Amino acid sequence: MATYILRRIIQVIPVFIGATLLIYFMVFGMPGDPIAALFGDKQPPQAVIDQIRERYLLDQPFIVQYLNYLAGILRFDLGTTFTGQSVGEVLGRTFPVTLRLAVLSILIAFVLSIVIGATSAMLKGTVYDHFQLVVALIFIAVPIFVLAFMAQYFLAVQLGWFKPTVGGQNNWGDLWLPALVLGFSVYAASMRLTRSSMIESLGQDWVRTAYSKGLTRGRVIPVHVLRNSLIPMVTDTATNFGILMVGATVTEGIFNVPGVGNALYQAILRHETPTVVSFVTVFVVVYVLVNLLVDLLYGLLDPRIRYVK
Amino acid sequence: MSSNATHYVAPVKAEQVVVDAVRLDEKKSNLWLDAWRDLRRRPLFWISVVMCAIIVVVALWPSLFTSVPPQGSGACFLSKSNAGPEPGHPLGFTRLGCDVWSRLVHGTSVSMAVGLMATAIGTLIGVIMGALAAFYGGFLDSLLSRVGDIFFTIPYIVAAIVVMTVVPRDLRNELVLAFAIGGFSWASTARIMRAEVLRVKQLDFVMASVSLGLSRFKTLVVHVLPNALAPVIVVATIGLGSAIVAEATLSFLGVGLGGVSWGADISQAQTSIRTSPMALFWPSLALTVTVLAFVTLGELLRDALDPKSRAQR
Repeated sequence: MATYILRRIIQVIPVFIGATLLIYFMVFGMPGDPIAALFGDKQPPQAVIDQIRERYLLDQPFIVQYLNYLAGILRFDLGTTFTGQSVGEVLGRTFPVTLRLAVLSILIAFVLSIVIGATSAMLKGTVYDHFQLVVALIFIAVPIFVLAFMAQYFLAVQLGWFKPTVGGQNNWGDLWLPALVLGFSVYAASMRLTRSSMIESLGQDWVRTAYSKGLTRGRVIPVHVLRNSLIPMVTDTATNFGILMVGATVTEGIFNVPGVGNALYQAILRHETPTVVSFVTVFVVVYVLVNLLVDLLYGLLDPRIRYVK
Repeated sequence: MSSNATHYVAPVKAEQVVVDAVRLDEKKSNLWLDAWRDLRRRPLFWISVVMCAIIVVVALWPSLFTSVPPQGSGACFLSKSNAGPEPGHPLGFTRLGCDVWSRLVHGTSVSMAVGLMATAIGTLIGVIMGALAAFYGGFLDSLLSRVGDIFFTIPYIVAAIVVMTVVPRDLRNELVLAFAIGGFSWASTARIMRAEVLRVKQLDFVMASVSLGLSRFKTLVVHVLPNALAPVIVVATIGLGSAIVAEATLSFLGVGLGGVSWGADISQAQTSIRTSPMALFWPSLALTVTVLAFVTLGELLRDALDPKSRAQR
């Protein structure tokens, strides 16, 4: 296991360097003047340009700039926003909120996909199964902001079950509506995965063995079938995490949740390029780490993966 | 024993037996024919095909469906802000007083143009990267696969947000937007292509082609690629839906092209969600139906091309 962990961590390093280099190159290596982009339509005085040039090492060669930026990331120094706050500080304030939202929505998606996936698999080919597959297709197709507005309009404005926006207070209870939206936006793929992997498990010999030694359906399904069908779900959660991060940007913006996604959303709306880059870098770093974690977990769950060279 | 003794040769009585006979009366069968036979019996397939066809027609000839211009002076009247339907304007007006129906119709062209170009770019890069990596293997495979990993790590909408924030407003056009989306969404196509080419290159006809003297590259292009394209076509069809969503998301966030776009209309209508929800509803519906049509088509195609998932129905 130790070798497996070490190998996975070593594999992550080039991906991390490549991804940050790519983002950095996109912003500072592309045609167009980043300083001009910083000021929008206004023409800054030459002294200001020179100062910014010096501060961001723009007079240095590209690779020096990048290494400096990379060193900053490793020191958790992610730069400052336009209003002068350090990005790290903003992250410290917003990250717990987004984490809460992510946990809630992954939980919702997980429960939905297991319950619907398992029942669909058992009722394969019935009207219920077809109905659930069509519903899943619709949730795969609906863009997250459309889903968010529908939920906001029908569940909050019309029915009054939830508050339309979250705002400053962000207790667990207030996050239900955005969490539901995010949960429903990712459950469909996981549900279909659960369904197909359960159908496969249901046809296995050991399921027949379990039945023939007298076990009840209530024991065979959860213990023998479902548990064995859950392993692919672990990788799927990692994929969901990427979707959730993009989804959080839009959803937190719409519901005014004071999280990382909202901070990114506001930065995009105000055209604060450096802040956008900082947050995107954070997203990528988190994504890489989650994937690493999931791979390690996967290796723990399934010994076959550990030993593949 | 005389040397001129003729030896007896039995007359051939048996009819000529043809080995490997093909029964011509049997139905032809291959991957695509089987898929077609499966698909044409499914009503959902025909529904999604008709939907896609309608969307394409609307995108190509928007002027057939509306004569009202979607934007510009003389087209929008602030006095009609968020007004309801009236003769000639079946769906009412947006917050800025433009005709909702006309903006829906013209928005189709933008969505389809960006979506198709982005998908074409993403698929092309993915196919080239995946095929080269799998077919030549070795160092090239490691290199291209790691590059793919890097692009896979960055969610492509996030990457497109960065590109579109950086590109100055006057340089933004459909092609830049398509590159921003397609240039970062190819990694999954490349992975699928790589797996498929790895499978196909083991097959006998590839070895036959190489031993008959065709160059490696020609073998790849002429024999391997056509036989490895099925999963990519599925991914591209579903990817077209995702690219359309990506365009709408970017426009919604204000880093799209500006101008006519469903995403921009949704973004504009969100501020008056309580007073005039219909202005929000129509572009949302158009977007959802379009994406649903292409995703459904892709999913059915995947089902039909994969015997394993056919068995799970």
